[in-house]
Amino acid sequence: MIERKFSFSNIVLGIGLIFLYLPMFILVFYSFNASKLVTVWAGFSTKWYVELFHDDQLIDAVLTSFEIGVSAATAAVVLGTMSAYLLNRFGHFRGRTLFSGMITAPLVMPDVILGLALLLMFVSMASTIGWPEDRGMLTIWIAHVTFCTAYATVVISSRLKDMDVSIEEAAMDLGATPLKTFFVITLPTIAPALASAWLLSFTLSLDDLVIASFVSGPGSTTLPMVVFSSVRLGVSPKVNALATLIILCVSLAAFIAWWFARRADRMRRDAYQMLGRDQ
Amino acid sequence: MRNIKLCSPNWYELRTKLGRRTVIGIPYLWLLLFFLVPFAIVLKISFAYTDIAIPPYSSLFEYADEALTIVLNLGNYLWLAEDGLYISAYLGSVKIALIGTLWCLAIGYPMAYAMSRAPKKWQTALLMAVLLPSWTSFLIRIYAWMGILRNNGLLNNFLMWLGVIDQPLTILNTDVAVYIGIVYAYLPFMVLPLYSNLVKLDKSLIEAAQDLGAKPAECFHKITLPLSKSGIIAGSMLVFIPAVGEVVIPQLLGGPETLMIGKILWQEFFNNRDWPVASALAIVMLLVLLVPIMIFNHSRQKDLEGRS
Repeated sequence: MIERKFSFSNIVLGIGLIFLYLPMFILVFYSFNASKLVTVWAGFSTKWYVELFHDDQLIDAVLTSFEIGVSAATAAVVLGTMSAYLLNRFGHFRGRTLFSGMITAPLVMPDVILGLALLLMFVSMASTIGWPEDRGMLTIWIAHVTFCTAYATVVISSRLKDMDVSIEEAAMDLGATPLKTFFVITLPTIAPALASAWLLSFTLSLDDLVIASFVSGPGSTTLPMVVFSSVRLGVSPKVNALATLIILCVSLAAFIAWWFARRADRMRRDAYQMLGRDQ
Repeated sequence: MRNIKLCSPNWYELRTKLGRRTVIGIPYLWLLLFFLVPFAIVLKISFAYTDIAIPPYSSLFEYADEALTIVLNLGNYLWLAEDGLYISAYLGSVKIALIGTLWCLAIGYPMAYAMSRAPKKWQTALLMAVLLPSWTSFLIRIYAWMGILRNNGLLNNFLMWLGVIDQPLTILNTDVAVYIGIVYAYLPFMVLPLYSNLVKLDKSLIEAAQDLGAKPAECFHKITLPLSKSGIIAGSMLVFIPAVGEVVIPQLLGGPETLMIGKILWQEFFNNRDWPVASALAIVMLLVLLVPIMIFNHSRQKDLEGRS
């Protein structure tokens, strides 16, 4: 079949990619602007970055966000692995329909609803059983684990689905317990998916504004909350500088995730070639 | 090893059963406790009275003189029905989300199609390129448009420099800006399911149709489009459902006349501190979204559970 290079769909793809990237390039460009007015260019300067690093409130928020992000992503990958495993390997069990409904619903549930629901839950729990005593990092962590688990499950599940079940069956036939089979055979095979699930959960947690605003307490302010309160006041070069740093970090994380996925793909291809069969 | 196990099958079986229970139990309990039960509590509080107390709502159950009284206050829901503001906010949200979804589909479908037809070695890079923006901060991406769409922003400066307009256009704080924000923020979520659907499409079907004399448009209409239906449904739901409840985009890009229910709920909760009305708003929003969420879950389940 002959494909035209300048077909309608290729042109839309090009314009679409420009549409996706142009605003971010503009953002990065103006973060180096000396002028306080964002849209007037007044020479190159890195003073906004310097100012950024002297903002203690901001640094605190970054640390809080990172702490929540790392711990929430780790827990979400553990829960996501369990969920993906039981959905793909356990066949039918009681309450399966309810479970798969609960695991897919957070993917699309609007943040306001989930945030409000979790807050009211925490408030009711505090007034009936006295836990959690006050809202803060712990409640944000619980909320983030809940919605990140759904995303982690999707990522891990798609890898688990493609995996050759016969290797697991062979291990069990040779006398390995299900637990041992999981740790020796399954886990190493799905490791790249775990890495990308972790990175996805981490960025989702780092990015969440709405849910965190509902469930956070007075002492715990995350990075998006600080950004939101300064963005509401209008455009400022300092926020541009912050945005540039965030874009840089995310690009780096995405590159690492992509590298993991590519390496896994190659290893799989090599393994299949050694076995002398086609994909 | 094997002998020991054969000698004590009960112990082995018991352990396997226990392990299975644990693997099911932990995520199940977590989701029940932190996903399902919270909705029951929202439902409960939507029937409460607003109270000046901590927490700021009345209790539904009262036990006095050996009698349990349950007071269900329907006032919150009646209030939503009577006040035209809320109804127009719901309608406004659905309208904005629907038009935003259609725009995403119109732009996202050709993009996904072109990606699925690109040379194999390019596909991962293209997919990465489309997904990368969705990994960067949502807030930052919306903020980027504030600088572009302002009255003295880049777009107006550029258009005036070109001489297309001589007065700056007011785009920021209007519905147009909200549409731009929704399409910009949600486009990757439309492209991803469409791409993973289109890339699996058997190209020999199209070749066969062409051999039999079908024109390209006919091929697309009769083969590609019907076969990508599940991708279209999944992508549209991934855009439509969160867009209905969108808070950040209407607050930053929309104006005071942009009525979206997520924004109203946020204000009701944080500014008015009226928790029962906010709960009632959330319950009604959930009812509005129930059918789309069920369609989405149905389309996801086939994907998630393997052996489709």
